[in-house]
Amino acid sequence: MLALDVQDLRKTYANGVDALKGVSLSVEEGDFFALLGPNGAGKSTLIGIVSSLVNASGGDAKVFGASVMSDRSRAMSYIGLVPQEINFNQFEKPLDIVVNQAGYYGIPRREALERAERYLKELQLWDKHDKPSRMLSGGMKRRLMIARAMVNEPRLLILDEPTAGVDIEIRRSMWELIRRINQAGTTVILTTHYLEEAEELCRNIAIIDHGRIRENTGMKELLAQLDVETFILDLREPLTRAPVCDDMEISLRDENTLEVSLSKSKSLNALFAELDRLGIHVISMRNKANRLEELFIRLVDKGEAA
Amino acid sequence: MNASLNWIGYKTIVRKEIVRILRIWGQTVVPPAITMSLYFIIFGNLIGSRIGEMGGFDYMQFIVPGLVMMSVITNSYGNMVSSFFGAKFGHHIEELLISPLPNWVILAGYVTGALVRGLLVGAVVILVSLFFTELKVQHPWVTLSVLVLTAVVFAMAGMVNAIFAEKFDDIAIIPTFVLTPLTYLGGVFYSISLLPEFWQKVSAFNPILYMVNGFRYGMLGVSDVSLGTAYAIIGVFGVLLFATCMYLLNTGKGMRS
Repeated sequence: MLALDVQDLRKTYANGVDALKGVSLSVEEGDFFALLGPNGAGKSTLIGIVSSLVNASGGDAKVFGASVMSDRSRAMSYIGLVPQEINFNQFEKPLDIVVNQAGYYGIPRREALERAERYLKELQLWDKHDKPSRMLSGGMKRRLMIARAMVNEPRLLILDEPTAGVDIEIRRSMWELIRRINQAGTTVILTTHYLEEAEELCRNIAIIDHGRIRENTGMKELLAQLDVETFILDLREPLTRAPVCDDMEISLRDENTLEVSLSKSKSLNALFAELDRLGIHVISMRNKANRLEELFIRLVDKGEAA
Repeated sequence: MNASLNWIGYKTIVRKEIVRILRIWGQTVVPPAITMSLYFIIFGNLIGSRIGEMGGFDYMQFIVPGLVMMSVITNSYGNMVSSFFGAKFGHHIEELLISPLPNWVILAGYVTGALVRGLLVGAVVILVSLFFTELKVQHPWVTLSVLVLTAVVFAMAGMVNAIFAEKFDDIAIIPTFVLTPLTYLGGVFYSISLLPEFWQKVSAFNPILYMVNGFRYGMLGVSDVSLGTAYAIIGVFGVLLFATCMYLLNTGKGMRS
């Protein structure tokens, strides 16, 4: 069954901006799906329409078969949303915020209290449950929004840049939590600007740009499209000019660093054999950019050129 | 399932509103108690003693229903406009907008919250008035029904204001420039029979006059207007405002882009 089925979705804002120009995509139940795009691409508008915060100008979005437009109540009962911006009442306590949210989904108070305790503990917020939420750190506020979104145990969890501004340690613990939520059967849609996050977590991906879907495929299939990878090599001895090798694009970033673009048809062994032959000793190596990032930039650039 | 969802959702909104009212009691309950005490001292005690009787009652007794109604109107309106606009401004209204709750439940929850504050403040003002005068309620059901219906009407008016408001200034304009003048000119401190005929006719266009007098009839048994007209005016405004609120919520005006 499709967790999300979006057909020809359009949105024109009152100021005339066409944020979505006929977007269609589908997300299978149980999927971990990345929705990526540059700023202003239409990601938040798409999520806004699916979560009924934005009125569509045309098309339809169905959540587990229920139309957001014509069967809003049922469609919303399946969704949990972690928005990009902090949107809880900062004068309320975390426990009240989560319990109230459960109430809006028809969960009786006693059960809501049990669930709120469980999710606040899971997100390491229980020791703050009765403190005013404005006193929480940025990372805690983001985790609180995840606890709030989880309290109705949604079948579809939408995370709009959940780790923005969160330190790496908390980000990784949030990845683990979201992965566990997905493994437990919840379909997850993630938007993020951290592409290594999408590559690490997601199985399928859509790239949206200028209100149109540029790519909608599996993560592996997408990464397989990457025909050239760029590596940075740190050298033991300095060089005055870049070496010349067949079928390899090599440039000198500084006297101790080479940048090598290698097509997929060439193996790394061939590169190292060539460098060894030239008497160049490499002491360390890394990717110039995350693989998904390279593809993303190319797709977006291609879209702009078109 | 839907009935259960709606009932639990409604109770949750009401509970949240009551918690808010009690959390900021220094802004919700105390100011009206102080303001009304001053009205009783200045208008009732100091000036009222020189005015004598009005409508067959001691002046202090005459103004009690008007002052109670003034507090109820101001507080039910004020609660709705500040709470709903605050939720909109802070974006936590989105918690409700993304939930499966139908809009009429959201409206009912917020209106009940405003009603609770209106009645709570009304009760405080009645308690304060007992320090200054004796009260005997002539028609308890009329008193209660006019009070509740008026609070509901002004709560819904507050929601319309909150939906259209884009900044905090916008939620102060209507109370300052519309509500307060209409309340003061709505027969709180005088019987319109004292006015020249022309101004009596002008006063008849003020809906608050009917609410104040309906409530005064309930408490004292006297009124400048007929009770039936008072209920009809409250009913018409209630229906119109309910329809307006539902239209605005359904279209998402000011909330769903």
